[in-house]
Amino acid sequence: MSLWKDFSNGFYTENPIFRISLGMCPFLALSTSVQNAIGMGAAATFVLVWSNVAISSLRNVIPEKIRIPCYIVFIATFVSLVDMVMAAYAPPLHKSLGIYIPLIVVNCIILGRAEAFANKNTVISSLLDGIGMGIGFTLAMALMASIREILGNGTWYGINLLGQRFANQPVLMAILPPGAFILMGYILGVFNIIDRRKERAA
Amino acid sequence: MSHALLLSTAVSTTGGSGGGGIAQIMGLVIGGILINNYVLSRFLGICPFLGVSKQLDSAVGMGAAVVFVMAMAGAACYALWQLLLVPLHLEYLSTIVFILIIAALVQLVEMVLLKYSPALYKALGIYLPLITTNCAVLGVAVLNKDAGYNLGLSVVNAVAGALGFTLALVLMAGLRERMEYSDVPLFLKGKPATFILAGVMSMAFLGFAGLGV
Repeated sequence: MSLWKDFSNGFYTENPIFRISLGMCPFLALSTSVQNAIGMGAAATFVLVWSNVAISSLRNVIPEKIRIPCYIVFIATFVSLVDMVMAAYAPPLHKSLGIYIPLIVVNCIILGRAEAFANKNTVISSLLDGIGMGIGFTLAMALMASIREILGNGTWYGINLLGQRFANQPVLMAILPPGAFILMGYILGVFNIIDRRKERAA
Repeated sequence: MSHALLLSTAVSTTGGSGGGGIAQIMGLVIGGILINNYVLSRFLGICPFLGVSKQLDSAVGMGAAVVFVMAMAGAACYALWQLLLVPLHLEYLSTIVFILIIAALVQLVEMVLLKYSPALYKALGIYLPLITTNCAVLGVAVLNKDAGYNLGLSVVNAVAGALGFTLALVLMAGLRERMEYSDVPLFLKGKPATFILAGVMSMAFLGFAGLGV
């Protein structure tokens, strides 16, 4: 049962984006389209899972004092791997994610999970935690990207939803940088309301 | 139509060539500080931007530390890229090497400041270790590498980006200090209001896209 908890923690209760506010940079920058969001989510999930596995399996070997540089080297290795694989097999996605692929290295979610979870728990738990957190991050990105793409472009995953008239005059602000900040503010506001309802019910 | 224009200016300066000249330097400076502000239009360095912008004093301290480290990181990463990685055909190691260089550099700066300028160390002290995970620093190293800038332009780009970060951070701190006394709707108190404030600021900076440098 606790394994299920390790896995599902990242979906809602400890969602990295909406709950702990980590990994904001790629979240805000790449939620302009659902394709980008899922691509970034997949890349970050891959790095998160394997860095969690590597760090938790070596947690008794890594010296305490230099653990952070060690983690960064692990993470950077997996990021380079993703970078090269994506450049080889999905060049258009690689191009549209651009600079944010190498920047997965400094994504606080990954280092945060390494420090807070993987160096204290077993390999299986860490693997599940990585997958769960990755799914939580991807879901959060997909939610934000759906809102921004539908409002700002009239499409979802490239499929025209709202008709040609809307697509000619979309709510452009949603897809431009200010839209990301403002929508994020209101989404967090909605989460605040839900939390307060729950507290009152309890 | 204006929509395509805005989106294209938002990404245009990343594709500069390796030339030189005053015009290009001015373009980088104005681009980095105003048009493509690292925080407000490229979303680099959001964590410190939200974390350290509660008070004006700490925002200024953090900004100074970032300018310092980013200028050095721009130069160091350029040197390593040109002198080590390219001659040895190890280009694929760039991410690992850059992040290690930045982490080492931050440590070094910390040690040097502690030894030679304890006053400055005390002022910047707590912000220095945080800079390693500031994605603007790694971001500028990667942008410089991708654009193929020479040493001078790399440093100019890094300093301009850092100044843009500082400008956004200091403005944000000023706004947030004022917001303490205003009547924010209850469900937006705290983090949500900060994001909306950043959005309004980003909207103002979007106006600079018309400068067309």
